[in-house]
Amino acid sequence: MDTALLGNGLLGLQPRVIWAIMRLTLRETSRRKLLLALLGLTIVVIGVTLFGIYKLTTITGPNEQPLTPLELKTVVSQILILIMFMFSFVLALSAVFVAAPMISGDVESGISLAILTRPLSRADVVLGKWLGLVALVSTYIAGTVAIELIGVKLITDYQPPSPVFTILFLIAETVVLMTLALLISTRLSGMTGGVIALGAYGISWLGGIAGAVGAAFQNSTITHIGTTTQLLLPTDGLWRGAVYSMEPAAIITIARAAGAAGRAASANPFLELNPPPLTYLLWCAGWLVAMLALTVYSFHRREI
Amino acid sequence: MPDEARSAGSPPFPAGSVAVAGVPSRRVHDPGLTEEAAAAASSALHTVGLSKRYGDVEALVDLSMTVPRGEVFGFLGPNGAGKTTSVKLLLGLARPTSGQAWVLGAPLGDQSTRRHIGYLPELFRYQGWLQAAEVLKLHCELAQLPRHTWKHEIEYALSTVGLSDRADDRVANFSKGMQQRLGLGVALLGSPHMVFLDEPTSALDPVGRRDVREIIRHLKARGTTVFLNSHLLTEVEAVCDRVAIVDHGSVIATGTLDDLLASRVGVRLRVSGLDAAGIQALSRFGAVSEADGWLSIEGAGPEVVPDIVAEAVSRGARVYAVEPRHESLEDRFMELLGGDAVELEA
Repeated sequence: MDTALLGNGLLGLQPRVIWAIMRLTLRETSRRKLLLALLGLTIVVIGVTLFGIYKLTTITGPNEQPLTPLELKTVVSQILILIMFMFSFVLALSAVFVAAPMISGDVESGISLAILTRPLSRADVVLGKWLGLVALVSTYIAGTVAIELIGVKLITDYQPPSPVFTILFLIAETVVLMTLALLISTRLSGMTGGVIALGAYGISWLGGIAGAVGAAFQNSTITHIGTTTQLLLPTDGLWRGAVYSMEPAAIITIARAAGAAGRAASANPFLELNPPPLTYLLWCAGWLVAMLALTVYSFHRREI
Repeated sequence: MPDEARSAGSPPFPAGSVAVAGVPSRRVHDPGLTEEAAAAASSALHTVGLSKRYGDVEALVDLSMTVPRGEVFGFLGPNGAGKTTSVKLLLGLARPTSGQAWVLGAPLGDQSTRRHIGYLPELFRYQGWLQAAEVLKLHCELAQLPRHTWKHEIEYALSTVGLSDRADDRVANFSKGMQQRLGLGVALLGSPHMVFLDEPTSALDPVGRRDVREIIRHLKARGTTVFLNSHLLTEVEAVCDRVAIVDHGSVIATGTLDDLLASRVGVRLRVSGLDAAGIQALSRFGAVSEADGWLSIEGAGPEVVPDIVAEAVSRGARVYAVEPRHESLEDRFMELLGGDAVELEA
């Protein structure tokens, strides 16, 4: 049967309709009090972490002296990476919870019946929802990370080397996972899609560790496993980009000087000695485009 | 029904007009059209051998029918007969396994044709976190109606379905019946040329059902084609020009209500003093039989009742009671579902 049956081809995109669906998606998150919940949670997290960092400035070393500025910055930089890791994990969970039922929920409830019989293509619906989620995620991450980093700067005078890249990598990591959840949402229920997306996120994370271990010990098989997982689902690769953007140059220098031991240390997800190559970033962009196209195609072919 | 409110905003749609502007006419003159498509262009709905199979289940088998523009067409059948599947195929929500169909002259799934179609799904659900007016506004936007018409369209839809005083209430707080009314309002936005109503009164009380009948009559008066999916026979009987009865995925009878019921009329009389010659004389009105003290004449319509009585009296009979019998659609429906396929279309 002709694929044009369910609409005028795959990409008869209509910006006005996409804009309407995007606003609808944002309004849904607002009306369902998701924004309120995120805001409340963020205030608590930022408050607690900044208080903890403030307490760091008051602790003393073995000789009863306060930490030197270098010691403080080193400790704060590592704690900041831990905080961001926790934050990225919460972001991953949130993105999956929000995106996994985004299409399947509408189909199951019957809401999509009235919408999909309007003069629009399913690509319009997918892109509208995706853009709405991207706008939400980007605004939230940029705002929250900026407040956290400004707070740290005011308290300790420390600022990660590339805060803008930290924000961009965190956004990219979350958008990648959210896109996967949206793709699954075109076929499976929110519950199943959420489990699959989170499982894949965990595997990518483990794959990243395995890859770094393989690189440290020059085991090509294990290295390839890590590379493959980072290519299949780039969440861990992008997280490592965020870590690198937060790593002070001194720590990178020390770790590199340590040779194999330093490389082994970077097997943990809180240390990264190299920025992601440009080719990898291009791969991630291509991955996103391909996943979106697959999402559109999958929804386009789905019978309601 | 605020007809006068309709004059602003939406384009006028004169009663009885079949010259539905826009989409269809463009296709009628396309030299590349097949013969079927050309035939389809003049009707609101035309299907040829439309079938749908889900795994081993034949949800719809070889549906071939034509619905003229401006007609209220009833699609009748028990639950699970294939009615909703048909509507989903016609609206491009699902793909047929085989066959072809045209809606408003355009092949299935044509995006621009959907500007002229209203749809109330059987499983009606709208965003619970939106207000009723916001749902309608969303659909005005998705239907790409001119922005300056939205306010009027929303007000008209709300007043037509009796929800004007609930415009600012969240849909989540609506009863099922109110949500169905809202769905009907959504289907009416933009003066559609064709409206698909899938069990439109399933959640409504008697007042709501009467309102829906009025809305359908109003749509018909405006020249809108209505495709009414229902298992409620009285509803169909009250408003439909023609019906198709579907069961187990197949249409088992189609035609006007008169077609379906014409051969099912009769008259029965309680008489005395009628001899064999008298009974023989009455047989010219139809097949005569006698049971339980009643004389039945099958096939005799109400118009010949005076003649039957006059004939009986002239033959010396004393007439105590005369009952014209008109089989209801329900009787016919039950009979059809229990029997073999019957072709009643003229």
